[in-house]
Amino acid sequence: MPKHLINPNTWIDKYSDYLFNFTISRVNDREKAKDLVQDTFFAGLKSMKNFKGEASERTWLISILKRKIIDHYRKINSIKGQAEIRVEFNSDEDDDGSWLEKRVADPDYKTAEDNLVNDELGEAIYMCLSKLPKKQATVFRMKTIEGLETETICNDLNITPSNLWVIVHRARIAMAECMEKNWFK
Amino acid sequence: MFISCDEAQHICDKAQYNEASSWEKFKLRLRYFWCRITKKYVNQNIKLTQAIDASKVTCLNTEEKQFLEQNLQQELKKQQE
Repeated sequence: MPKHLINPNTWIDKYSDYLFNFTISRVNDREKAKDLVQDTFFAGLKSMKNFKGEASERTWLISILKRKIIDHYRKINSIKGQAEIRVEFNSDEDDDGSWLEKRVADPDYKTAEDNLVNDELGEAIYMCLSKLPKKQATVFRMKTIEGLETETICNDLNITPSNLWVIVHRARIAMAECMEKNWFK
Repeated sequence: MFISCDEAQHICDKAQYNEASSWEKFKLRLRYFWCRITKKYVNQNIKLTQAIDASKVTCLNTEEKQFLEQNLQQELKKQQE
């Protein structure tokens, strides 16, 4: 009997944020990241029959996503990572027109170590978030990660500000406990 | 001026989102000095906020999720036909 079962009906709730966060840190383009996450889910549906249940659904989906990201970079001929070359005219020089090529540091450049720590921390946060009851997770995500105003969330979810703060409080306690066990320890 | 533990925790939660007033923060600080439970909660809460800020995690908004959900359900239906 397989150790893990597959249920596409829960994919969006359980994994979309985690997959999106994983993707956007690698492609730096929100629209592209959404497309890649969607392609991953579609590919997952197509190859559901091959899911043996040896790895978790999330591990299986992330392995599909990694292939999608590699394909994406193959398609654009791996532009990411190349230093931006800025060409400037240097008027101080006596030469008649010295065009300088300046290598400019990529502002989004991160070391592999930074990426790894951020990935692991992000993974711990999303793992803890996935353990919260659905409503708590939604409110916490909207308030803490999306940074939405209290009023906006209350209108969207049809709850009062006092309800919101009770939910946020419970979510924060559960998140802190989970992070304590899985990250801070 | 003196607030309950529950009120202190509520102010602390609001402070994580910069929604606590200066007066509320003053009252929280006062309680923080002598209440062990408040101190523990505040420290834990700040640690969580710092971890989330440091991670720079991002997520899909509600409309984006709904859009993905609709597309996934359509694709799922196609598979089942």
